[in-house]
Amino acid sequence: MTVLPAQLTSSLSDVAEGYRRHSDAISRGVLWFLIALLFSWAAIFETDLFIAGLIVGSVLALGAIGLTLIYGILGFANFAHGDTMMLGAYMAFFFLTGTVVGKRTNIDVDLGWSIDRLPGATAGLGDLSFGWGLLLAIALAAIVLAVFSVGLDRVVYRPLRRRGSGIVIFAMAALGIAFSIRALMLIIWGPDPRRYVQGLHYANEYPFGVVLKTDQIFIFLVALGLAAVMYYVLFHTKLGKAMRAMADNPDLALVSGINTTRIVMWTWVFAGGLMAIAGALLSIQALLRPILGFELILPLFAATILGGIGKPQGAFIGALVVGVAQESSIQFLRSVGFEDLSIGYKPAVAFVILILILLLRPRGLFGTAT
Amino acid sequence: MTFALEATGLVAGYGEAEILHSVSVTVADGEMVAIIGPNGAGKSTLLKAVFGLLPARAGEVRLGSEDVTNHTPDRIVAAGMSYVPQVENVFPSLSINENLEMGAFIRRDGLPERLERVYEMFPDLTSRRRDAAGKLSGGQRQMLALARALMLDPTVLLLDEPSAGLSPKMVHIIFKKILEINKAGTAVLLVEQNAREALSFSQRGYVLVAGENRLEGDAAGLIDNEEVGRLYLGES
Repeated sequence: MTVLPAQLTSSLSDVAEGYRRHSDAISRGVLWFLIALLFSWAAIFETDLFIAGLIVGSVLALGAIGLTLIYGILGFANFAHGDTMMLGAYMAFFFLTGTVVGKRTNIDVDLGWSIDRLPGATAGLGDLSFGWGLLLAIALAAIVLAVFSVGLDRVVYRPLRRRGSGIVIFAMAALGIAFSIRALMLIIWGPDPRRYVQGLHYANEYPFGVVLKTDQIFIFLVALGLAAVMYYVLFHTKLGKAMRAMADNPDLALVSGINTTRIVMWTWVFAGGLMAIAGALLSIQALLRPILGFELILPLFAATILGGIGKPQGAFIGALVVGVAQESSIQFLRSVGFEDLSIGYKPAVAFVILILILLLRPRGLFGTAT
Repeated sequence: MTFALEATGLVAGYGEAEILHSVSVTVADGEMVAIIGPNGAGKSTLLKAVFGLLPARAGEVRLGSEDVTNHTPDRIVAAGMSYVPQVENVFPSLSINENLEMGAFIRRDGLPERLERVYEMFPDLTSRRRDAAGKLSGGQRQMLALARALMLDPTVLLLDEPSAGLSPKMVHIIFKKILEINKAGTAVLLVEQNAREALSFSQRGYVLVAGENRLEGDAAGLIDNEEVGRLYLGES
């Protein structure tokens, strides 16, 4: 008789284990099904919004990949990610135009040197609204942001790591940096919207009623190209594998002899460069505003958590989903009876997605059970 | 006589708490040594202090003739010592191949040869090279963890509770594997809750109590020792 309880417990735990695995597979299946549903609905009935969503999503992905790597490798939520993206966008603006705001409002100061003074720098490349000057400015911004991110880690986050600070301290530090960066952007470039290029640019019509500017196609291709580069780095280079290893288990990475300090540095280099490029790409098709960084935080986190924290491939898929959902869901709600729904509710979509994932499957698409 | 590993008078702990009060352990070349003792005796802490994961407040760690006291783990790995933690000792989302690659991170060359040598020792892993480590069973994970630690062909291998969480049958298989590794020339220092099994495979043993050396000697002698038997081997 004494064996019975042991047998019972073990078979009960078997059942629990089976149930856990089952529910894991089910919740993942449901999630993928919902995503497939959203994508096919949007692709068929709102093709142009679907395309617009993919474009926004691909750019968000560049930010989300960095965010998820930082979360995985350093173990904290970088609330400054959105604002740093905007800082990158403004750095590109600065290199391109040499403009900062003067002492009195609405009086810009031109520093007297800038890329757009170089001959031919602003002449549109092909059908694009901008010339090679902007591309050079974005590349410079990416380098500056990579260096800035590494420096910020040395000054702020590394001391916190050495002290063994908790996750809340890190989050508060990141929040403080976010506020500081936003204030800095307001001081240097003012609250008024900026743009990289002046003048009007017409969109072209494509089959299935899709209307696109060539700029948007460019943005999408660059974002996809960079995501592919990141995929190659993360899955086919030793450095990238070590970054994924660290995101999996930082303690074991250290024990394996991986130079974790160097991996952390490279993580910030990649994240910083991607943030600058993502911010600048977003600003090509919208206006530059300091507050945009704050508005990016929610979609970035929704994408990261949807994909599974620490999983770069998940962040990529998650960002596309958030992009498409954001662009198309207001139209969807209008078509099912909420005719007067304002487009201003768009930012709320990311929030809804975030809540749904946290309820349905907190570990996201690619997350593994622990 | 020089030892493969020689830790002398180690003092270490967490924050205010001092866990190890002057502990000394030696492992001769090619020897297999077990450290046993009750929960909270500081067995795992000792391995961490030896491996530079926890600062040694006093004492010395020598690997062969090299002083590696408080060196960072990457330098200790380069000097020829590997460590397998008790839990979470594989990278779950990385493939088996990538897990092993991480074991050789500090070396730029010879990866294919290293992989081949390790796969030969662990044939079960060979057919599953591309599978994520997270899909492996407990025993297979432990095998992968050992394999990862052997990628650089270390002179000394530190094992923290290799039998933790495994079925009795699997425990025996793992210990046989460890013995095989040891026979191939790697000195092994292992910490075990499963004292009888550990001692029966080892040549020598230490009994650690409350952060101090209590007993040491031949493994066979320790198994027969009345006090050890009463306290740690579950005999009445």
